[in-house]
Amino acid sequence: LCHFFAQVENVRLLDRLSSRKAALGTLYLTATHVIFVENGSETRKEIWVLHSQISSIEKQATTATGCPLLIRCKNFQVIQLVIPQERDCHDIYISLIRLARPVKYEELYCFSFNPKLDKEEREQGWKLVDLNEEYNRMGIPNNYWQISDVNRDYGVCDSYPTEVYVPKSATAHIIVGSSKFRSRRRFPALSYYCKDNHASICRSSQPLSGFSARCLEDEQMLQAIRKANPGSNFIYVVDTRPKLNAMANRAAGKGYENEDNYSNIKFQFIGIENIHVMRNSLQKMLEVCELKSPSMSDFLWGLENSGWLKHIKAIMDAGIFIAKAVAEEGVSVLVHCSDGWDRTAQVCSVASLLLDPYYRTMKGFMVLIEKDWVSFGHKFNHRYGNLDGDPKEISPVIDQFIECVWQLMEQFPCAFEFNERFLIHIQHHIYSCQFGNFLCNSQKERRELKIQERTYSLWAHLWKNRADYLNPLYRSDHSQTQGTLHPRMAPCNFLYKFWSGMYNRFEKGLHPRQSVTDYLMAVKEETQQLEEELEVLRERLANLQESQLNDNKVKSKQQERSKQLGLSTSNNSLANTPQEYSNDLKSFPSRSPSQGDEEDSALILTQDNLKSSDPDLSANSDQESGVEDLSCRSPSGGGCLPSEDSGKDSDEAVFLAV
Amino acid sequence: MLRSSQPLTGPNRKRCREDEQLLGTALGEEQRGFVIDTRSAQAAKQARMTGGGTEPKSSYPQWRRLHRPLERGRPLQESFAKLVEACNDPSASMDRWLGRLESCRWLSHVKAALSTACLAAQCMDREEASVLVHGAEGTDTTLLVTALAQVILDPSCRTLLGFQGLLEREWIEAGHPFHLRCARSAYSHARLKQEAPLFLLFLDCVWQLGRQFPFSLEFNERLLLTLFDNAYASAYGTFLCNNEKERCLCKVKESTLSLWGWLNQPAERKKYLNPLYSPNALVIWPSVEPQSIQLWQGLFFRWIRSSQYLDEAWAEIQRLVDSS
Repeated sequence: LCHFFAQVENVRLLDRLSSRKAALGTLYLTATHVIFVENGSETRKEIWVLHSQISSIEKQATTATGCPLLIRCKNFQVIQLVIPQERDCHDIYISLIRLARPVKYEELYCFSFNPKLDKEEREQGWKLVDLNEEYNRMGIPNNYWQISDVNRDYGVCDSYPTEVYVPKSATAHIIVGSSKFRSRRRFPALSYYCKDNHASICRSSQPLSGFSARCLEDEQMLQAIRKANPGSNFIYVVDTRPKLNAMANRAAGKGYENEDNYSNIKFQFIGIENIHVMRNSLQKMLEVCELKSPSMSDFLWGLENSGWLKHIKAIMDAGIFIAKAVAEEGVSVLVHCSDGWDRTAQVCSVASLLLDPYYRTMKGFMVLIEKDWVSFGHKFNHRYGNLDGDPKEISPVIDQFIECVWQLMEQFPCAFEFNERFLIHIQHHIYSCQFGNFLCNSQKERRELKIQERTYSLWAHLWKNRADYLNPLYRSDHSQTQGTLHPRMAPCNFLYKFWSGMYNRFEKGLHPRQSVTDYLMAVKEETQQLEEELEVLRERLANLQESQLNDNKVKSKQQERSKQLGLSTSNNSLANTPQEYSNDLKSFPSRSPSQGDEEDSALILTQDNLKSSDPDLSANSDQESGVEDLSCRSPSGGGCLPSEDSGKDSDEAVFLAV
Repeated sequence: MLRSSQPLTGPNRKRCREDEQLLGTALGEEQRGFVIDTRSAQAAKQARMTGGGTEPKSSYPQWRRLHRPLERGRPLQESFAKLVEACNDPSASMDRWLGRLESCRWLSHVKAALSTACLAAQCMDREEASVLVHGAEGTDTTLLVTALAQVILDPSCRTLLGFQGLLEREWIEAGHPFHLRCARSAYSHARLKQEAPLFLLFLDCVWQLGRQFPFSLEFNERLLLTLFDNAYASAYGTFLCNNEKERCLCKVKESTLSLWGWLNQPAERKKYLNPLYSPNALVIWPSVEPQSIQLWQGLFFRWIRSSQYLDEAWAEIQRLVDSS
């Protein structure tokens, strides 16, 4: 069989919402996963958790029933186990602590994950997103912007990519000089160029201005950016920090641009809080999510006290401001925060998304993340804890950006080519370390580790499964998908919703039982297939003499298909069980409803009915349970798509790890 | 499921054999039933002082009483008015929005109403017991619970026609005093004593069900908004007066038109249909966790924010379904 580090039997898995629902099974620890497998032959519920996903482990006081162990994951899954023997519990606890805090990159799953692709396919996967192509698409190089190789050996800035785009009039001398005046040497570089009006979004870190320092090259750099836009005689400089923080930085020799020293800039603070505030905000919000049977009051107050939605709105507002400056005023913007790799990334990518419908397509979104987050040196390792590190560096920065996208999707349901599941899976894989895209802190580090030769690209994987990630309401010719998105800036407090699909992702009871997205995708698919078939038929009718015979054959096939469609729509109405509405009813002997078994059976994630793209086996297909049959069918009408990180592939990982 | 008003037990614990017998007929031998009292235990007890009360266990041994206090009357109207004010406030900052939303308590009322209706439904469906629902008068929270429970339990109440039938039965004929309750709505400073948005609360709960079960209701949000409008001001006589007796006296049926008559015309009717509807024979059990209960933006921000993008989305859904 396979090697496990540990195996404990008779472990109970508790359900947060319903204390009655506990599963009994066996707990396994492998080199890469924690696995819980439920006992019983038919309904074998399995939960697989990658060690990389583990955020914290809590050993709670032993009770009569056993020793509770609480595992909290970075993808917001919370697993409550009860281990019968205290000794076993302690062992598991100690092991998990070590396994969840890898010391070397080689310990991460991506180095052992094997999706059975050959070298060529792996390479192609990495080439799917090409930033040079992207800047070409923007219209660069041109009269105003060019590519610069000044950083080719990371000699100027080690957290920047080797290829940066700068104004034509920015010479190497200016760039180098400016970099010396910027925190971490992160000089102003191009993030987005709008070819319609030549306005651009540039990004950098804070200037090392202190109270009075100046740098000629840095001032020239900003002038160059201004000159690269013939449509405006000034640029905005947007500091995404609260004014107080920026001022405090001056005492440390850093700070912000003085309008007196930089000709033709209009300076603006936006006031997004720092990574520590955000970390605490998320923490508080998750505590609210963990409340048992909270009242509406507990929930709303808890959510407000966390400040989470307020921060989301702040990021969004900043993106809106910049998008407006570019699209409506035609003015270029230079964005920075402190180091220019957190808030700057959030705000630039939100602005780009609002401005350019390409980024609202699936491919475009991958490109956006690759551009503003990966290439510009967002510190994935530090922020998301690939390796064990300083807990003060951890912060849900990209999570916030992803949520901004979701909030926009809710406001503009037709505007995005991809759906909520796409976002959730991306977030999942940022933490999973199953793919190599989000490792390390910079392009330099990734190249040193030869990530592309040793791991696989998430983008290729998502692209392969893109049918699962489509938004059925998206049409490239729809008015919502054209041009700039205009979300209202204020007053729209009420438009920001709590994203239970993300933060309560694994709590099946909370979500609508029936997935509209999946149903509509199935409908769309069917319609397309029927239309294609109809086309074929028309041709044949025109050509063949035995059209009568063929007609009959095909009619019955069509009937079969529409019967299948009919069948699956009625399958939407799968039974669900009531949650515990009252403690008073416990004393009554309740029938064990057969409907309840059906719901549990929808949770069964055997290889056969796994949603193919679901990265985490415990992620429920309950939401889609109604259309399971239909969604399992590939366009060619074959059987279920091979499940992705299925049980068997992971067994392979186990073999490999040993 | 039965509904009534409170028993007139009074301070002296009066008994009424006929009442006990009547309730007895709802139960078989050895069967147990539930009384869901929409007042708190304390309020119910206090009601005795003014001649009302609860069913004493000794006289109704087969019935188990559960108290689920639901807000009504002036406090509910205040809640509604406060919420509308908060939604309309352009100076509302994000910092305080949720706290403000919470202090209106409207969503708490939605949660409580849904929970109670689910409880009633659960008693019937899971425990296979009969249920008697009453508050004080039997005209407000009682009807909220019984009507909602039926939407949860009975698929025929989820059809367009079935829902209209439900409204006729559980709200109009059952004597919810529409004239008093739906007098001036949220903006009025009059603060009439008898005004309270129970019917709106019901519609909000139904909207929540539709959101959680997008395929299970034959009608859409537009119907709910139309009903809300007509309860307060209507060209039709359906929601006039306070009960059947008054409607008779005013000769409503002879001198006005029925809302249902208009709604059910083929050209009109299709505006109220849910393109995702697929008859669901099963009971729909909503989640009443706070995360699952959302502010009904279509109603509360109806005049504040354009619904253009959402309308376009629904148009697209309709288009997809139509072409299939």
